[in-house]
Amino acid sequence: MSTVEPFTIEQFYKFLQQGKLMASKCQKCGKIHLPPRPLCDNCYSQQFSWIQVSGKGKLVTYTIINVAPAQFQALAPYAVGIVELENGQKIPGMIQDIAREQLKIGMALTLDFGTCSAPQQWPAWPRYCFKP
Amino acid sequence: MVNAKPLVSIISAGMSKFGKHDGLLTRELFAIAAAEAFSRCPKLQPKQDIKAMFIGHMGEAYEHQGHTGSTLADWAGLAGIPATRTEAACGSSGVALRSGIYAVLSGLADMVIVGGVEKMTHRTTAEVTEYLAMASDYPFEQFHGITFPGLFALMANAHMHAYGTTEEQIGMVAVKNHYHGSLNPKAHMQKEITLQNVMGSKYVAWPLKLYDCSLITDGASCIIITKPELAKKYTDQPVHIVGTGQASDTIGLYERKTLTSLQSTKLAAKTAYEMAGVTPDQINLAEVHDCFTFAEIMHYEDLGFCKEGEGGKLVERGETRLGGHIPVNTSGGLKSKGHPVGATGTAQAYEMYLQLTDQAEKRQVKDAQIGLTQNIGGSGATAAVHIYRRDQ
Repeated sequence: MSTVEPFTIEQFYKFLQQGKLMASKCQKCGKIHLPPRPLCDNCYSQQFSWIQVSGKGKLVTYTIINVAPAQFQALAPYAVGIVELENGQKIPGMIQDIAREQLKIGMALTLDFGTCSAPQQWPAWPRYCFKP
Repeated sequence: MVNAKPLVSIISAGMSKFGKHDGLLTRELFAIAAAEAFSRCPKLQPKQDIKAMFIGHMGEAYEHQGHTGSTLADWAGLAGIPATRTEAACGSSGVALRSGIYAVLSGLADMVIVGGVEKMTHRTTAEVTEYLAMASDYPFEQFHGITFPGLFALMANAHMHAYGTTEEQIGMVAVKNHYHGSLNPKAHMQKEITLQNVMGSKYVAWPLKLYDCSLITDGASCIIITKPELAKKYTDQPVHIVGTGQASDTIGLYERKTLTSLQSTKLAAKTAYEMAGVTPDQINLAEVHDCFTFAEIMHYEDLGFCKEGEGGKLVERGETRLGGHIPVNTSGGLKSKGHPVGATGTAQAYEMYLQLTDQAEKRQVKDAQIGLTQNIGGSGATAAVHIYRRDQ
């Protein structure tokens, strides 16, 4: 029997690094968790399976961050938003490669997997983003 | 006339001036608030009468000082009593108040001091921004560069899109709260501003501008609560708490079903209203959590002061200004009075105590009988709502 990767946020980001957007599906009630959780918040099951989901979605809301935390100051101003994926899950992230005036609620965006910029530090996660 | 049964009664209250307090530490600021509460109530013998303390405090990072429950009991001259710190980000002392009510109602403590404190201005804006951001989801919000104003901007944009709320209406909250703050000698900023000032200020996170943001402030606040049957032993003018509600929601904003309202506020308000036996139209004044001006508009709707989507119109019509039918944030709110995060919840209760004992001077709401406070943590993963009644 092959081992199943743990249903953790760490593992979610490991999959992203491999170019896969993965969610967990509860084997008892069927609820899909993105990000995955070790305990189903609906039925308390701890039995899940991984499913690959599409990175395509539409923009639910956005803002432009002008005043940024120290580590993001070089990027400011930058756009961030919440994207609803095709399967209905929502996920936030930066929006890149688009002019500010072209941002519109409802527009189509696709997840770009990104790279892990500082693998020696916690957290060694890739910083994905969304693009038109 | 509403005659809701008191859960607990407030016999005294204290608050430091909110502002920049160079050279004072958290414990010293809190001592100022405690001293006022003690001196307002000459019949109170703090060491003998006060049986427990609950204190809201968000950040150890500001002063490299944790373990603030016992620290503050010590510096308020109360060492010996059980002292508990509650942390729920900007909702820390709303939750402390709720915890104090639990303690009194349980019968374990007849009299409790609840309060909160934060000392912030000695740190740089970048440091404060980083510390405050810790109250939001790390792996999907902070990690992707989403700031605190950013989270409220995401909600504001969704609200504007859904209901046609305008940037001007959002800015009117700042104008109103600065007017109220100009009447409060303990407010951080005691000056009026114009809508042009707001609209001309720089964007922090579109559509929110600098003047849409609450202030980085130092301050402390507290109230003393007891069993209703004991209150008259200490004061002729208690204020009664007749409803309490607290609720939680997902830590990540992105996981919520709606972005145009806070379910935590709605749940906490429902509990508090039902307990008090009052309806939103019976509320005469409110202190709500205007960490960003837009939030106040959303809170009007979630607390039932108007229909969903009509919060912008409520402020535009002047109904939440002093003299309007439901004045909101007569203290100046977080926007003008200031937002020392841990102190905010009980500072709202302090304003309610002044208003319902006719001690609010220039900003007194005439004939106010019933008041409400709403304090939230982070982007709304915590909400605490309390309802207060004048003694009759």
